[in-house]
Amino acid sequence: MMIPACPLADLPRGEAFRLEIDPPVTVFHTEDGELFAIDDTCTHQDASLADGWVEDCWVECPLHASKFNLKTGEVDAPPAKLPVRTHEVVVDNGMVYVKLSTVAPNLPHCVARKLAGTLA
Amino acid sequence: MVGASLAGLSAARSLRKQGYDGRLVVIGDELHRPYDRPPLSKEFLAGTMGEADLVLEMDDEDLGAEWLLGARATGLDRTDRAVRLADGREVRADGIVVATGAAARTLPGSEGLAGVHVLRTLDDARSLREELAGGGRLVVIGGGFVGAEVASTAYALGLDVTVVEVAPTPLAGPLGETMGAIVSALHADHGVRLLCGVGVKGLSGERRVDAVLLEDGRSVPADIVVVGVGARPCVEWLEGSGVELDNGVKCGADGRTSLAGVVAVGDCANWYDPRAGAHRRVEHWTGARERPDAAIATLLAWGATEPGVPRPPYFWSDQYGVKIQFAGHAAGADSVTIEEGAADDRNVLAVYRRAGEPVAALGMNQPRLFTRWRKQLARTTS
Repeated sequence: MMIPACPLADLPRGEAFRLEIDPPVTVFHTEDGELFAIDDTCTHQDASLADGWVEDCWVECPLHASKFNLKTGEVDAPPAKLPVRTHEVVVDNGMVYVKLSTVAPNLPHCVARKLAGTLA
Repeated sequence: MVGASLAGLSAARSLRKQGYDGRLVVIGDELHRPYDRPPLSKEFLAGTMGEADLVLEMDDEDLGAEWLLGARATGLDRTDRAVRLADGREVRADGIVVATGAAARTLPGSEGLAGVHVLRTLDDARSLREELAGGGRLVVIGGGFVGAEVASTAYALGLDVTVVEVAPTPLAGPLGETMGAIVSALHADHGVRLLCGVGVKGLSGERRVDAVLLEDGRSVPADIVVVGVGARPCVEWLEGSGVELDNGVKCGADGRTSLAGVVAVGDCANWYDPRAGAHRRVEHWTGARERPDAAIATLLAWGATEPGVPRPPYFWSDQYGVKIQFAGHAAGADSVTIEEGAADDRNVLAVYRRAGEPVAALGMNQPRLFTRWRKQLARTTS
């Protein structure tokens, strides 16, 4: 599924755009000018990676400092242990689109429960 | 590797990452493989996280280490660089990483009284969790981060909670007076009593605690007491070893100690901080996670590497549903301003400055702006 995110002009280098879908996905525009999309929620706890610290092609979770690779989704070290999903980014006519992965997401316990509707 | 918690594990990882493929022995005084401590006062205590969630090693991780667990180091022999263990064994090494952490301070005279807890280890947390499940009146001695988090968790579990803090303002050390007052106001917001500026004289009770006795003569009834009055570095075992001790292991800016071939990391290590121009013992998770990289580089190439400037210390806390984040050093700041949000809303981004230069930042439910400031601090103070 291809989802329009935002105009490329609205996403300068070093910035991130969070797509408010369920679960949310974030598009990162790195300082080197590359575009990556990954699941926005840290696999450890409910934190938004869009708020994280991007360096090279890694984003550090804003809370507990696990880093996720923007290209592969892999995590460098706990507390997070599972990778995030990566999604394909397509730029067409100045618009950024995200082609969503069909793999199951690795959501933290609390968010997974929320999605399943068992948490008020 | 003497110490098998986050700092020891991170050092073991750094060793392998930096190409060391020799024998690696990890000595830990607890029986557990490395586990994550921050959740012990929060999610684990609340019951929303189990023991399996605390494991710090990845499922497929193999560091090729020999684990000597339940083994306490009692001495270090500098001549043959050997670590002596409590059971009489001795481990000789070419390089030693000291990562023995810190131990919770206790209240003199509270030994053997049921219902009195500290919170530092998994075993501490198990026993406190079991006791909190019974409900009742909890008195937390110490309004620091561990105390505040326990109070917050116990409040959510439905206990009647009182926090006693000897200083006029809790958290004034790490956060300064102004922000310490704002953050500790979270207790009153939720109906948790906060008694400040009063010391604890002792505990009353025969076999089980029944009250906390205050210096001003008041007595606070208690079914459970948690003593959260800080931690002391576990370095007694190094006394007389030649490793210089001063508020923990005295270290250079790269983790080196006064003995060649010995570095120290984590809560027990008092690193020189080039930013502050002084030694600072940082008891934060992120320090235990990040600094071993530098210390291992030092250990593997003694004297051949230039110490880099570490990132400003960073820690977080979760209290009453508010995400608290802090980076930098509040001590030495001459001003603190709220740049975003409002103190009354418990939604704040505050910046600490010295002579106009930012030296620290505090966020309450402001992760995005906080990250921005944390990056800014790393740039301006490096």
